[in-house]
Amino acid sequence: MQISLLGRYLHPSTPVALPLFMSGVAAGFPSPAQDYIERTLDLNDLCVQHPAATYFVRADGDSMEGVGIFSGDVLVVDRSLKAVHGDIVIACLDGEFTVKELSTRPALQLLAHNPAYAPIQLDAESTLELFGVVTTVVHSVRQRG
Amino acid sequence: MYALVDCNNFYASCERLFRPDLQGRPIVVLSNNDGCVVARSAEAKQLGIKMAVPLFQVQEQIDRENIAVFSSNYALYGDISARVMSVLEQQAPAIEVYSIDEAFLDLSGLEANYSLVDYGQQLKRLVYQYTGIHVCVGIAPTKTLAKLANHAAKQYPATLGTVDLSDPQRQRRLLGLLPVQEVWGVGRRLSRRLKQQGIHTALALADCDPSWVRSHYSVTLERTVRELNGQSCMDLEACPPPRQQILCSRSFARRITEYKDMRSAVAQYSARAAEKLREQGSLARVVTVFIRTNPHSQHERFYSNSASRLLSVPSADSRRLGGTALKLLKSIWLPGCRYMKAGIMLSDLYLPGHFQPSLFDAPETPAAMRLMQAVDSINQGGRGQVRFAGEMLSTGWQMQRSRLSPAYTTRWGQLPRVKS
Repeated sequence: MQISLLGRYLHPSTPVALPLFMSGVAAGFPSPAQDYIERTLDLNDLCVQHPAATYFVRADGDSMEGVGIFSGDVLVVDRSLKAVHGDIVIACLDGEFTVKELSTRPALQLLAHNPAYAPIQLDAESTLELFGVVTTVVHSVRQRG
Repeated sequence: MYALVDCNNFYASCERLFRPDLQGRPIVVLSNNDGCVVARSAEAKQLGIKMAVPLFQVQEQIDRENIAVFSSNYALYGDISARVMSVLEQQAPAIEVYSIDEAFLDLSGLEANYSLVDYGQQLKRLVYQYTGIHVCVGIAPTKTLAKLANHAAKQYPATLGTVDLSDPQRQRRLLGLLPVQEVWGVGRRLSRRLKQQGIHTALALADCDPSWVRSHYSVTLERTVRELNGQSCMDLEACPPPRQQILCSRSFARRITEYKDMRSAVAQYSARAAEKLREQGSLARVVTVFIRTNPHSQHERFYSNSASRLLSVPSADSRRLGGTALKLLKSIWLPGCRYMKAGIMLSDLYLPGHFQPSLFDAPETPAAMRLMQAVDSINQGGRGQVRFAGEMLSTGWQMQRSRLSPAYTTRWGQLPRVKS
């Protein structure tokens, strides 16, 4: 896998006043980089398309490990998107939020991504209530604690 | 043309947003200190739970009907409100945020190309899809009529939550159905007076002669009469005028008897009031502090007192306002009482540069203003990383919020859980 560096990330709540270029510039000599200062990259630009419609939730369980959703991960949920076949969605089932893959063909069902879990069949008459569509998973790869 | 968009049972709807298990279950939200019911879901309204009723009076019914009870979670309501307003902003040329759950939209020019009912329905759908909050939309040529249209949209399910009141005949038909106290700006006292003069419905008020209303009541009510007749007298206030006074007052979780506890409470209220003052860019010249015991307690002495001081120059400096407040507190503190409530009021407000100091007065220094800005930017959002020492002396008296739901949308540690 090739990895290319896009830029440095600063947490959005970091005060903008933080020095971007702290190289002790000698008085009188402007930094050659001065004309090239750009805004630092904000992860929100990458993960959040509709801020007013975006909620974060935390996953709890192992049924979606096949698509890279592990217990404790933060999911970015966009409510403004219309869910279609193949989307990972947050559904309300039996008074609980659950994250699954939406399948509308050949029949309406919610699919887990772990062989230990069977698909959840939904009869056509029952209304499936969706909270939103998952667009991004925030998964930390560092050992916690 | 204006639209009033109003969220349905806003606080209760916010509480339900991340709790699918509460679908269909009645919900009530309590005031500061868990004292009274301040918001109800549709189901709770149906059960006859009244607005502002003290919790203990309905406790038995709450247990019996399995009603879900929450403390006010303003962090949550504020965040959801901002989302609703942001969706509305994208859908209209101009908007006035009127309260946490209501906004006026300016729809000028829209009626030429759109069916207003369709527009309202679309707005309703969009706000729900983006935020999960249901709203009702009232559309009319004036803000006062838009308010009534919204009221009708809420009251009559057949409207599907949108009422277009641009047709004068429909306006009159609706006005005839509504009691006069439903009109925006007609309070309880005013409506009593109107009824004494035989004006019972909104329509009867609309049919009054405007100049008679002005001479017998007020210019404000005259404006209301004109607005009821479709003549727009109130424009959208895109940025509301700064408030004329700032009040920060609360009841304590338990009675305060020690001076150091009261001192800490007053210090904290003044820090919060000063922060609000700076938020709207004003300076205050008068500081008032008041304290009181429970007026309804039979076997305790009732004590209530307040003190004010006029500063030589208006200030927005927490240190100066807080210091003054504590001196005032000292002057009215009476030992041996069980205090229930305290508050601070900042009044006689000025915008910077609008006050003429006398020769010997020291106006606020830029350094002080910068310090306050620094404090505010650190404390932005959540309450307080930087505090004044006086606020910290004791905390046991603080607001009781025993049934507070998580800060679902504003704290990483409290995100809603989903089963995976």
